[in-house]
Amino acid sequence: MSITFTLNGAAVTVPIEEEAPLLAALRGPLGLSGTRFGCGQEQCGACLVLVDGEPAYGCTLHVGAVTGRRVTTVEGLGTPAAPHPLQAAFLELQAGQCGFCLSGVLLRASVLLRDNPDPTEDDVRAALDPHLCRCGSHNRIIRAVLRAAAQGQMA
Amino acid sequence: MNLAFRNAVQGGDDKPKLPGSLHVNRRLDQWLSIQPEGTVTITPGKVELGQGIVTALAQIAAEELDVALPRIVMRPASTPTSPDEAVTSGSLSVQESGMAIRHACAEARAIVVGVVAQRTGVSRDDIAVRDGDFVAPDGRLLGSYWSMADAALLAVEATPGDRAKPANARRIAGTSAARLDLPPKLFGQPRFVHDMRLPGMLHARMVRPAARGATLAALKDGPLPGGATIFRSGSVLAALAPQEHHAEAAAARLAARATWNAEDTLPEEHALEAWMESAPREDSTVLERSAETPAPTRTIRRRFFRPFITHGSIGTCCAIAQWHNDTVEIWCHSQGIYNLRADLTKALRIPADNIILHHVEGAGCYGHNGADDVALDAALIARAHPGTPIRVLWSRAEELAWGPASPAMIVDVAAEADEAGTLLRWSQQVLSNGHSGRPGRGALPTLLAASMMEDGFPVPPAINPPLAGGGGAQRNAVPPYRVPALRVDMARITAMPIRASALRGLGALVNVWAIESVMDELAAQAGEDPLAHRLRHLDDARSRDVLARAAQMADWPNRQKREGVGMGLAVSRYKGSGAWCAAVAEIEAGERIRCRRLWLAADVGEVVNPDGSLNQIEGGAIQATSLCLLEAVRHDARNVTSDSWESYPILRFSDVPRVQAELIARPEAPPLGAGECSLGPVIAAIANAIADALDVRVTRWPFTPDNIARAMDEA
Repeated sequence: MSITFTLNGAAVTVPIEEEAPLLAALRGPLGLSGTRFGCGQEQCGACLVLVDGEPAYGCTLHVGAVTGRRVTTVEGLGTPAAPHPLQAAFLELQAGQCGFCLSGVLLRASVLLRDNPDPTEDDVRAALDPHLCRCGSHNRIIRAVLRAAAQGQMA
Repeated sequence: MNLAFRNAVQGGDDKPKLPGSLHVNRRLDQWLSIQPEGTVTITPGKVELGQGIVTALAQIAAEELDVALPRIVMRPASTPTSPDEAVTSGSLSVQESGMAIRHACAEARAIVVGVVAQRTGVSRDDIAVRDGDFVAPDGRLLGSYWSMADAALLAVEATPGDRAKPANARRIAGTSAARLDLPPKLFGQPRFVHDMRLPGMLHARMVRPAARGATLAALKDGPLPGGATIFRSGSVLAALAPQEHHAEAAAARLAARATWNAEDTLPEEHALEAWMESAPREDSTVLERSAETPAPTRTIRRRFFRPFITHGSIGTCCAIAQWHNDTVEIWCHSQGIYNLRADLTKALRIPADNIILHHVEGAGCYGHNGADDVALDAALIARAHPGTPIRVLWSRAEELAWGPASPAMIVDVAAEADEAGTLLRWSQQVLSNGHSGRPGRGALPTLLAASMMEDGFPVPPAINPPLAGGGGAQRNAVPPYRVPALRVDMARITAMPIRASALRGLGALVNVWAIESVMDELAAQAGEDPLAHRLRHLDDARSRDVLARAAQMADWPNRQKREGVGMGLAVSRYKGSGAWCAAVAEIEAGERIRCRRLWLAADVGEVVNPDGSLNQIEGGAIQATSLCLLEAVRHDARNVTSDSWESYPILRFSDVPRVQAELIARPEAPPLGAGECSLGPVIAAIANAIADALDVRVTRWPFTPDNIARAMDEA
């Protein structure tokens, strides 16, 4: 009863049953905190992770389903010393209030910018629609994603 | 609504007046301590709720001490050492905590500089403080805070007298310093109480009754996953296990095995308004001013109805409790740890000294949600497992359905005016449950499990703080407009089928909507522009200033009438004593109402962190847009049924309005708090924009196609 996959670039083996949610593995035996529980029903996006680079809801995805695959969480996006351009832009524009939704938002935005390096504001809104923010930081978040995109274009 | 609340209820004392919470927590070393390694620890009693207050308080401290901002270390509130600042609520944290810290730090600086002057012979007035170093006029270094970190110096009571810097000398307070708490949240580092892991900790999930007030009749035996065990006290039922997902799965099994004695205790949703009118109530007059007036030529009578609404934090409530012999230690995201402690003493029947509470950040908090309730849940379960830390996390269903809700309200307005639309008489009647069920204020505990546990307590009905303490249902029920005859009444419903308590803005949301709708309608009847109509009824210059500014930002005078598009405006001074805010809304009326743009002008007095204030004002505006366009607690006769984001939808990114917000600078004026001022005006501006687009007054919340169709039918 253990599952092996790649987590933020490193191989991990977790002693957990296959049908446990990925979120439980990440926050439990793997000791991470960035992936958050919000609803358990794929309705808020707080638990969003990337599996082989594509968005997936950690709250409902069975950990067995990621066997041998690559999982990326917000911890794998960047670090304070080497922030992802999105994290740098969010800091620069102070895009957040309570911050509880931000891990999922950042990961979703990273997929948007990978697939569409020059998004419009409406593209960003549409991409982030599966994510709930209750503090009302939406417009700052949108501007930060656009800022990161603009800086990526310049690079 | 915290110290202000307490003062309004208990009255003051005869001690020399000190600013903010310093008055009731008078020792300097309750607020700050100097560390030899070159930092200053600040220990406010107010807590971070996602609103950025900790950063603003740090700025105030750095300013008065003359140290760089990174030298300030903010320690989260804990009992029994942190100052008791009651509840972090009511947009009062800068006034109560900020002014205490400003005064305490200014006095601490004066004390230490005085000692340096004495030791060196340099006059205290000639000593400059540069990032904590004391410097003589000739550039000589005379010492530093760090070399003089003697706790005894600050082990004194504060004294009256204004030593704080004048507004024009401030360099740190008044700037948009970056949030101290944001970096860890952007990198997924542990920051929330949800992220705490204690050795040997067990995870618990609650199993809620099948109906409000239901009691647990029986629980069938059966296997549980992952070594899960059961906790039961009266009708408080939970599952606990070493791994979180096992606790969750076990709770689901227990829910299926439990039978409850359940009865209908709630009004049916369609009968809520009628129930409110017939429920037991307590009447009071908020304000009455009689005057002889000529007979009116215009009369407007309107009833505004809003169902229950709820908080909807993105993270669910969480707490960890651990008993050490007869003492319980709790980590939680309560807004008021001392208030919570007071209710825990009643519910747990132990003295306050045996309860240690630590504030650890939770997800965004917009009022009295389940943060206090979950602390009791954890404490009860942990008592059955001495020495073991127990972590309780609420489900999404509990968060939306079992936390306190903002009560349903009916506001009846009758306004009389002359031919030109000039107000003659105004009456406003407010009917709702009380808006505060916060702990620590009554004889009975208000915590959820207190009514369900063995040897539990009856649920006390929510109260309305007096107007001097901010009010509850009657908050902003007194119109800001010049009117000769005025009467404002309030009826508090004393039966409470759904737990009611404070949510951002309290009664202001409905009262401002009602007042600003009626003003708009009156202007329309008299054929006057709603901006001009308001301006000529406002005696308060700062109200006029924000209104004129918001109108200018939106280019109000040049707005064009477009099919299916409406614009509306509104203004309010929060609580009648707080920040001023005016809003202009532009909406599109298609299959449903979409708010496309908002222009906001606010006057919050002195601004400690402009970017933080704007973030709060815009956040409040977007939340208000969501509340009025989409939100209503759904219920049947037994339970709240809106227990998921599907049944309690909130605004998503694609529907969020574009917002332009500005602050009117008043650096010399007292700070007033920015967190709640924008909600009422935004809701009212949206309602007025709907009237502009569709020529119908929406008087039932939320402003959905159904409620708009109903208004059209009734028109």
